[in-house]
Amino acid sequence: MSGHVSPKSLYYSIFGALMVLTAITVFAAFLNLGAMNAPLALAIATFKATLVVLFFMHVKYSSRLTKLVVTTSLFFLAILLGEMMMDYATRGLGVIPPPLQ
Amino acid sequence: MSNAVAHAEAHGHAVHHDALQHHFETMQQQKEASTLGMWVFLLTEVLFFGGLFFAYLLYRVWYFDAFAEASRTLDISLGAFNTAVLIGSSLTMALAVRSAQTNQRSATVRWLISTIVLGCVFLGVKVVEYADKFEHHHVPGPHFISESPWAAQEQLFFSLYFTMTGLHALHMIVGVGIMSVITWMAAKGKFDEHYYTPVEMAGLYWHFVDLVWIYLFPLLYLVERHN
Repeated sequence: MSGHVSPKSLYYSIFGALMVLTAITVFAAFLNLGAMNAPLALAIATFKATLVVLFFMHVKYSSRLTKLVVTTSLFFLAILLGEMMMDYATRGLGVIPPPLQ
Repeated sequence: MSNAVAHAEAHGHAVHHDALQHHFETMQQQKEASTLGMWVFLLTEVLFFGGLFFAYLLYRVWYFDAFAEASRTLDISLGAFNTAVLIGSSLTMALAVRSAQTNQRSATVRWLISTIVLGCVFLGVKVVEYADKFEHHHVPGPHFISESPWAAQEQLFFSLYFTMTGLHALHMIVGVGIMSVITWMAAKGKFDEHYYTPVEMAGLYWHFVDLVWIYLFPLLYLVERHN
């Protein structure tokens, strides 16, 4: 009835991992990786987010229905971003609007 | 428990937990319904912030130099400190939920208060950062001042900066309010190992706000820091 109780050590480990990953993000930002800087920062952020969702938010131990809703949120987000990107891409992403006055 | 007994007799079924609402069969079912509802709400929040992230990404692609220049005016050490504070508050929140699950009332209250304190530290640092932006005329509008050739596009960055961090801070303020109520409920002994749903739902909200910041920090503070 009381649900899955994770050991305290798991929470401290996740916290440690999140702190190390934050340090890596800052460190990587000062390296010149060319076009890879932004994808790397987003990849690390997504990994951190996954740790938070699975362990701090207990999704790993949740029902399949909850897991479905979590996955659905990502699916909806992909539709939102994907369709807006299609809109701009088909009107020419390279066509940069002139500066505002 | 006398209420529950009377309730059970009236309905002709077994004695159950005081916190079980009559339209649910079991505590497990009730918790499942709350969890589902909370995640559906968080889904709407994902889309709410998603639109802002798209606006940010589009303008960043278009005006990368301006965004890089504007991003360098943000204090990276304050941003990193706040990231650590927020991750720390997620840890204390997770431990608060765990204490509630294991029926440790004083530990629950202690971890919840730690979460509130860390949340307030985050907001305090944000106030310092905002004040600095006002002082240096980095706030978009008639008083905006920039030496760079991309002054107009830099204002777009700062508009997005204030919108996204402002809405995030608003979520934090709401979160601190929710945590205060949950702390009061915990101190009054409203929760036990069979019923701690409000603590867990408040935790989901708090962790979600942490999630948003996990993306905001690199996107706003670390656009282009090398060279």
